[in-house]
Amino acid sequence: MKRPTRDTAESHKLITRRSLVVGGSMAAFMGLLGLRMRYLQVEQADQFRLLADENRINIQLIPPSRGRIFDREGRVVAENVPSYRITLIREQVGDMELDEVIERLGQIVTLDPNEVEEARADLRKVRGDTPVTLADRVSWEDISRVAVNTPALPGVTPEVGLSRHYPLGPDYAHLIGYVGPVSDRDLEEIDAPDALLLIPRFQIGKIGLESQREDTLRGKAGSKRVEVNAAGRVMRELDRVEGEAGADIQVTLDNALQSYTAARLEGESAAAVVMDCETGDLLACASAPSFDPNLFVRGISVANYRALLDDKYRPLPNKAMQGVYPPGSTFKMVTALAALEAGVVDPNETVYCPGHLRVSNRRFHCWKRAGHGNVDLHRSLRESCDVYYYEMAVRTGIDKIAEMANKLGLGIEHELPLTSVSAGLIPTKLWKETSKNDDWRVGDSVNASIGQGFVLASPLQLAVMTARLATGRSVSPRLVKSVDGVEQPVNRGEPLDINENLLREIRDAMNAVSNNRRGTAYRSRIIEDAFRMAGKTGTSQVRNITAAERARGVFRNEDLPWERRDHALYVNFAPIEAPKIAVSVIVEHGGGGSKAAAPIARDITLQALYGGEPPLEAYPAADRDRIREQQERLRRARPVADDGSRDRA
Amino acid sequence: MSYLEYSVKYTPSGLQKIFYLNWPLIILLTAVASIGFLMLYSVSGGSFSPWAEPQMKRYVLGLTAMFIVAMIPIWFWRNMSVLAYIVSILLLVAVELVGVEGKGAQRWIDLGFMRLQPSELMKVTLVMLLAAYYDWLPLQKTSRPLWVILPVIVILIPVALVLKQPDLGTSILLIAGGGLIMFMAGVHWAYFAAVIAGGVGLITAVFQSRGTDWQLLADYQFRRIDTFLDPATDPLGAGYHITQSKIALGSGGWTGRGFMQGTQSRLNFLPEKHTDFIFTTLAEEFGFVGAFSLLILYALIIIFCVVSALTNRDRFSSLLILGIAATFFLFFAVNMSMVMGLAPVVGVPLPLVSYGGSAMLILMIGFGLVQSAHVHRPR
Repeated sequence: MKRPTRDTAESHKLITRRSLVVGGSMAAFMGLLGLRMRYLQVEQADQFRLLADENRINIQLIPPSRGRIFDREGRVVAENVPSYRITLIREQVGDMELDEVIERLGQIVTLDPNEVEEARADLRKVRGDTPVTLADRVSWEDISRVAVNTPALPGVTPEVGLSRHYPLGPDYAHLIGYVGPVSDRDLEEIDAPDALLLIPRFQIGKIGLESQREDTLRGKAGSKRVEVNAAGRVMRELDRVEGEAGADIQVTLDNALQSYTAARLEGESAAAVVMDCETGDLLACASAPSFDPNLFVRGISVANYRALLDDKYRPLPNKAMQGVYPPGSTFKMVTALAALEAGVVDPNETVYCPGHLRVSNRRFHCWKRAGHGNVDLHRSLRESCDVYYYEMAVRTGIDKIAEMANKLGLGIEHELPLTSVSAGLIPTKLWKETSKNDDWRVGDSVNASIGQGFVLASPLQLAVMTARLATGRSVSPRLVKSVDGVEQPVNRGEPLDINENLLREIRDAMNAVSNNRRGTAYRSRIIEDAFRMAGKTGTSQVRNITAAERARGVFRNEDLPWERRDHALYVNFAPIEAPKIAVSVIVEHGGGGSKAAAPIARDITLQALYGGEPPLEAYPAADRDRIREQQERLRRARPVADDGSRDRA
Repeated sequence: MSYLEYSVKYTPSGLQKIFYLNWPLIILLTAVASIGFLMLYSVSGGSFSPWAEPQMKRYVLGLTAMFIVAMIPIWFWRNMSVLAYIVSILLLVAVELVGVEGKGAQRWIDLGFMRLQPSELMKVTLVMLLAAYYDWLPLQKTSRPLWVILPVIVILIPVALVLKQPDLGTSILLIAGGGLIMFMAGVHWAYFAAVIAGGVGLITAVFQSRGTDWQLLADYQFRRIDTFLDPATDPLGAGYHITQSKIALGSGGWTGRGFMQGTQSRLNFLPEKHTDFIFTTLAEEFGFVGAFSLLILYALIIIFCVVSALTNRDRFSSLLILGIAATFFLFFAVNMSMVMGLAPVVGVPLPLVSYGGSAMLILMIGFGLVQSAHVHRPR
């Protein structure tokens, strides 16, 4: 069959016409595609190149290692130990469900449900590329198992990090404090947080030296730029900027003495401070009971924390610096010096003590009901006669006493890199008018003269006071010996501007307290001549014994419930001829200073002066059996820190 | 039909036909396919496996198929049109029953040695049937309603089956391809105006149906449209494809980042980098120069086809060549628009370049028909 030519020709014309229209449209569309290419690839190229780089390049922070802390001999106080942890990066989980990954991981290693819950919360909060810790302090075996299984666990990375460790545990808890993971509260307090702090569970100092010297210890973050693929896996490292490790800090404390002090206080609610009289270096500073800071590093459990809060001996606050107590008779040196300096009394002048003093129609009792009879300065301190000081207070007036107290380091805040250092309280007339809205009464002065009433001081302040009495200079405490190997300045202080003869009178009397047969601390004396100490006992009332109690015949401390018993205090310096250390001890509700505090202070003093366990010959013969037993007990409780822990510092 | 319909001066026969093939077209096709090999080699990180080598083998297979098809006279193929169409329809139905599920859609029949995608086959057989239909239909009847409805039904049957898989991309290509042949065959303008108006109405209806129980598209298709309209709303979710693809394209710049240096593809930011999104790898590594060159090659293929069609006096041949060319055009135009953010992501491969067995083989068979029409044109 042959088609009609006309039909074919016509149809050919039509097809040609139509296909030219279609071809033209196609050409136009291809032109559009070309223009689009030009727009994307030429005009917008720079922007897209940037986006591509943003895609492929991740900037990762390299956390710096935290500065370590050493004692004065270069022994470790706080160190960083490797800790294995399992982290998860949300972005890298990819198509799998987060829960599924966590579940699979749970089949390989045991996960703590609490930690997982916390991690889930973190995962919701943080940016997708931030690693979140799923399990901390994982054993090497578990880490290896996870490492082998990573292909089945997208986003999961076994990591080696550094974690803070305090080898001496509770001994330094109150001074060094501890580090912990950054909390939201921490972040709120900082205006422009370091990017490091945004890493979940990054450890920062929470309290104590760790917190106050955070800037020194933290160091600077390094960073590395890595090329990652779409799944977030690192393909190669492009470059890295090394961070700066935190600077090491050396403290003035002595590990051995610190541990001994902490051990000696154990079982009591007590605090002790040992200070170098000359330099102000704190050699030991303990508060009992204590707690293990390593628990806080890990994140303490609610139950453990509650137990610490509920303990009536209050383990958490640092009693040596935060705790303030009526100093009791240890304040008498201040009153005496104030009176002597004011010239209202002569060292040899006697005051008659009938057992009480009547001041403006009120009877103020001496602790010795029967009275001391005629007392001069020397005897008043040695036997701690109260009436002598009542009389001195009436003669001198509170403001001069307060002035002397401040001179000796009471009622002022000593600057130390610790979270809270209490200023205590030395009352003046002005103070009472402004804060109590009441006039100062003579009775207030009388109370203050024996360190009762409004007077409050911390064990640290009492140690400073004792050191200043011993040296005659306004020495100030120092906690940090060196930072990054650079020795920190020592504040030996100015001469106190107190007549040296008067100071000698005081020191003689303090000598007698400890070494005179009639001294209140004679039983806790030191036999070794080269290390004899001069001290002062103190017993401060927590509250007055009521008339009703007196009527019932409750006189003795032992009959009262613990929390209403007197505080026992003792301050001393030694050796007498060339004072080296000043010590102050307080035993909360311990009863009498001579009985509860002085023996502890004596033991610590000997330990410090001998630089280790003192021979029994240094103790009074009658005590030796008991001391031997005590030394054995302490040895068992606290094995002497081996010198293997000595580190380069 | 045969040469008897025309007054012919010369007819090539036997192996002589090889000299009468459209050789420039074959060279162009091979050039485009070679670009494909190069890119597949690059996206697999400089390795012939797993993509470049099988693709080359398939191209050789496709080329062989093209030669065989080209050797057989075009009127044989015209006579086979109805049968081919019916077989395709049956395969589409079979895919519903025994098809292999892939990416949420039933699209394949596993033949053992290869996976056959009947919807790909449909693209060629539909063109054949429509060309044969308009060749058979006297010209004056072309625009009569009854004779317009018939080809529309022929188009809509496979479209319905493909939509059911569901494969929106191929359905659109079938409608557009069929429509273009009808237009070129001379159907009256008014029908197309009406259909376009109706299409706009339908699109409106589709969007209106969203969320109701007579919803016309699957959720993932709606989401693709959403993210096409505004990819920035969900850069890590459904908009990821478009965003990353634009980044790859754009970062190529004038001359690209260099062969095998494209970070977007090498680091897996690009989705489907060896199939639908392979163009972005090309654009990233060879820049505007490379991407535009590919566009030029495609344009040349279209031009050679159109020239071949317009110099062919046989109506079936002309329409067949134009239809194959139109389908080919729609393939790369939709794919490029998609990766450049001009169209929603509808899963259309880049012809001859994207990795994929049946698509390439069937496309080469299509060009075999073009060659056959070229060789056996009345002279």
